[in-house]
Amino acid sequence: MTHAMATHPDTAPLPEQATLDDLVAQVLEEAKRQGAQAAEAGVSFDTGLAVTVRLGEVETLEFNRDRSLGVTVYVNGSKGSASTADWSREAVAETVRAACNIARHTAPDPAAGLAPAELMAREIPDLDLYHPWPLSPEEAITLARRCETVARDHDRRIVNSEGASVYSHQGLNAYGNSHGFCGGYRTTRHSISCSVIGEEGGRMQRDYWYTVDRSPTLLDTPEAVGEEAARRTVRRLGGRRLATCQAPVLFSREMAAGLFSHFLAAIRGGRIHRHTSFLADRLGARIFPEWLDLHERPHLRGALGSAPFDNEGVATRDRTLVRAGRLEGYVLNHYSARRLGMVTTGNAGGVHNLVVPAGDRDLEGLMRQMDRGLLVTELMGQGINYVTGDYSRGAAGFWVEQGEIAYPVEEITIAGTLQEMFAGVVAIGSDVERRGSIFTGSLLLERMTIAGE
Amino acid sequence: MSSESIAIAKSRILDPAGLVEDDLFRILGAALGGAVDDADIYFQQNRHESWILEDGIVKDGTHGIDQGAGIRAIAGEKTGFAYSDEVLLPALTQAADAARAIARSEGGRLPGPITLGAGRSLYTPLDPLGSLDEARKLELLHAVDREARRQDPRVTQVIASLAASHDVILVARADGTLAADVRPLVRLNVSVVVEKKGRREQGSSGGGGRFGYDWFLEQERGLEFAREAVRQALVNLEAQEAPAGTMTVVLGPGWPGVLLHEAVGHGLEGDFNRKGTSAFSGRIGERVASELCTVVDDGTLPGRRGSLNIDDEGTPTGCTTLIEKGVLKGYMQDRLNARLMGTASTGNGRRESFAHLPMPRMTNTYMLPGEHPPEEIIASVERGLYAVNFGGGQVDITSGKFVFSASEAYLIEKGRITRPVKGATLIGNGPEVLTRVTMVGDDLRLDRGVGVCGKEGQSVPVGVGQPTLRVEELTVGGTRS
Repeated sequence: MTHAMATHPDTAPLPEQATLDDLVAQVLEEAKRQGAQAAEAGVSFDTGLAVTVRLGEVETLEFNRDRSLGVTVYVNGSKGSASTADWSREAVAETVRAACNIARHTAPDPAAGLAPAELMAREIPDLDLYHPWPLSPEEAITLARRCETVARDHDRRIVNSEGASVYSHQGLNAYGNSHGFCGGYRTTRHSISCSVIGEEGGRMQRDYWYTVDRSPTLLDTPEAVGEEAARRTVRRLGGRRLATCQAPVLFSREMAAGLFSHFLAAIRGGRIHRHTSFLADRLGARIFPEWLDLHERPHLRGALGSAPFDNEGVATRDRTLVRAGRLEGYVLNHYSARRLGMVTTGNAGGVHNLVVPAGDRDLEGLMRQMDRGLLVTELMGQGINYVTGDYSRGAAGFWVEQGEIAYPVEEITIAGTLQEMFAGVVAIGSDVERRGSIFTGSLLLERMTIAGE
Repeated sequence: MSSESIAIAKSRILDPAGLVEDDLFRILGAALGGAVDDADIYFQQNRHESWILEDGIVKDGTHGIDQGAGIRAIAGEKTGFAYSDEVLLPALTQAADAARAIARSEGGRLPGPITLGAGRSLYTPLDPLGSLDEARKLELLHAVDREARRQDPRVTQVIASLAASHDVILVARADGTLAADVRPLVRLNVSVVVEKKGRREQGSSGGGGRFGYDWFLEQERGLEFAREAVRQALVNLEAQEAPAGTMTVVLGPGWPGVLLHEAVGHGLEGDFNRKGTSAFSGRIGERVASELCTVVDDGTLPGRRGSLNIDDEGTPTGCTTLIEKGVLKGYMQDRLNARLMGTASTGNGRRESFAHLPMPRMTNTYMLPGEHPPEEIIASVERGLYAVNFGGGQVDITSGKFVFSASEAYLIEKGRITRPVKGATLIGNGPEVLTRVTMVGDDLRLDRGVGVCGKEGQSVPVGVGQPTLRVEELTVGGTRS
């Protein structure tokens, strides 16, 4: 089987960067030929392997291989976009034609266009984002099996499993525009995850855990992942509801990262220039407590959110979003910046690593600080209104008494406004979450409304 | 119908690649053999476009083509899967080899004799992208914009989008079945911002189905979405804090049926029940709802967003009774899970695209009507919440806990609707919530065609519906305790 795999294109190496760069050049040339005054193009090639083992047996073995090509043209101030997965010369011409056809019908928008030429990345620093994992399907299956076995053997109350998965992915991209900019780089992403089911008194609970990194050598062991998945599942058994009340709320680090993602969504240029965020027109205002700073660090080596340039070719750079609790800047691409009379912040496509300075207490320390309240470890639903800041979501976690976990809770909601939540941050933990592009410890909030019985 | 779809699928996908039917079954033969029980190839060509109006002008548009083939080999509970965006014989043969690796066996069994699969005729196999010319698409968006702004001077912003996809699929199965479907899908969305004395609120509406764009022009449907978006935004402008706690909730008809999708729908999908991971596992024949409740999943409603002539495994869709008069009757199945549970596929095997594996998914899920006029249901409530519009929802199928978020709601006091309250998330327990349904309205309505269901990272269009329902003891996640 290994031999058969080795001959399969899915496990073949990525194409050369030059192949993608040439394709971008071809697209831009074709756009010019068809009458576009300006154009930009992005292409990517991704390949991956994913296996899931359930109850000790292989459940799925998947080979991924995806290509994409997207182009945006500007014709007399009007914009049109098109995409395809076909890289043939004919498909390139047809895709450009489709984009130009759209631009013939859209109205000119003075804010639309390429980001300024002088902001294009001059060099593409190596951010250590590429660490391929020469993983055969058998090896992946073995790792997944080791992970799930530990989880299933952890406790007799673990009665079932949704399986353990191992995933390895590598990709190559290139972006270019008619300023003459063209850049690209390779990335990898690998993960091991596990989800198991526990039962007590005829009621089931499920939880999961995972490790993810650009480098396979920095992943947690499959055994550690399985152990943690099982521990998290077992501790949820016997969940109760709470009486409706107001109480301090402690967000575990995973949930805290979610809360900061709401902050980033609320300062995105699109919402700011449309006035559809409660943080529009709030530049310079105190949003968080005075001791809190928030930084964007796009060049952290090997980090999951790192990128040398944004989706418009603009060089990414370190910046401060919040200083001493005050909002210092928005998250802008070129279009939203122009609408606001500002300059792009290199955030076309999002924020590249948000770093929340760590506090000096770990989760247990924050529980002692809270003394009595709710530790939230899971949130459900999308109950956030960015126009008003109103927040209402389903929650599960643990009730904390005298600084220690008293019992698991479920089927409750937490509600408030993001304004009050951001202003009411009491402390950030030292237990920093690193499995994403938001680096934060657990987060203690002054109080929220809990709805239950 | 099926033969017309097959002709369209062949001409769009196979002919340009120089492939004929025999090639497909030769590739399947390579995937078969040894321990492999089943195999299929799924070809897809999806052309899609969207147009966006903002600030009174249509400023953005996109066009895309996604095309490829996914090959699956199944041995017992094991699935091997590979796909290619090149619909060419060598790439497909390699993908078949990779998929077969799951069974650790050499290929070489013959597939069954070729038979054309049966299918329904729930929509016309038209290309919606070409159903209006570009000028008329833009004019539709402008008309929606004008209608929204005309409603009220407090409307400060209108964003309207128009989208269509022309999805052509062809499935070849190891048993020799060859089936195809041509699936048009259109959608129009309107989102508005209103402003009064510095307070801003948003409202949105939209709809669509398996039609051409002209559907929006009939009966002023597009304009009605604009009026509805403004109405919702203005209601929210007056909304006060929502209550917090457990109370009686009256759910309006139509889209609030997202309750059924989350509370019982996902938990009744065959894969979770085959694995025993659902809170509903092993409970067929048990009472899981009040006897007022009959819930079906129906993929056979003409023109509906969640409807399909055949599912993505080539099985004709059906109307599956999930709960009948409160008793759990059945699960939604794809071929793999049906075989492992010793039953037949219900035509619910769906996948996001050729690059994704099929699994049991909902189509249009709704509750049948009861006897009470909606006014009578509201009048019966001493104090509670009347929720008529919702955002999304989510469910943990193992614990059964589910949420869905109200975006338009009112207080009921002494049998009367008194004032609007802000959006709030409602939370409950799936296996319990329908046992607390005490009144079912006579006003069954389906949603307008906006649903997107996500499962294991795959999105598919779905529909929901219900009559007005009175539910006791739902937890409302407001801020006023």
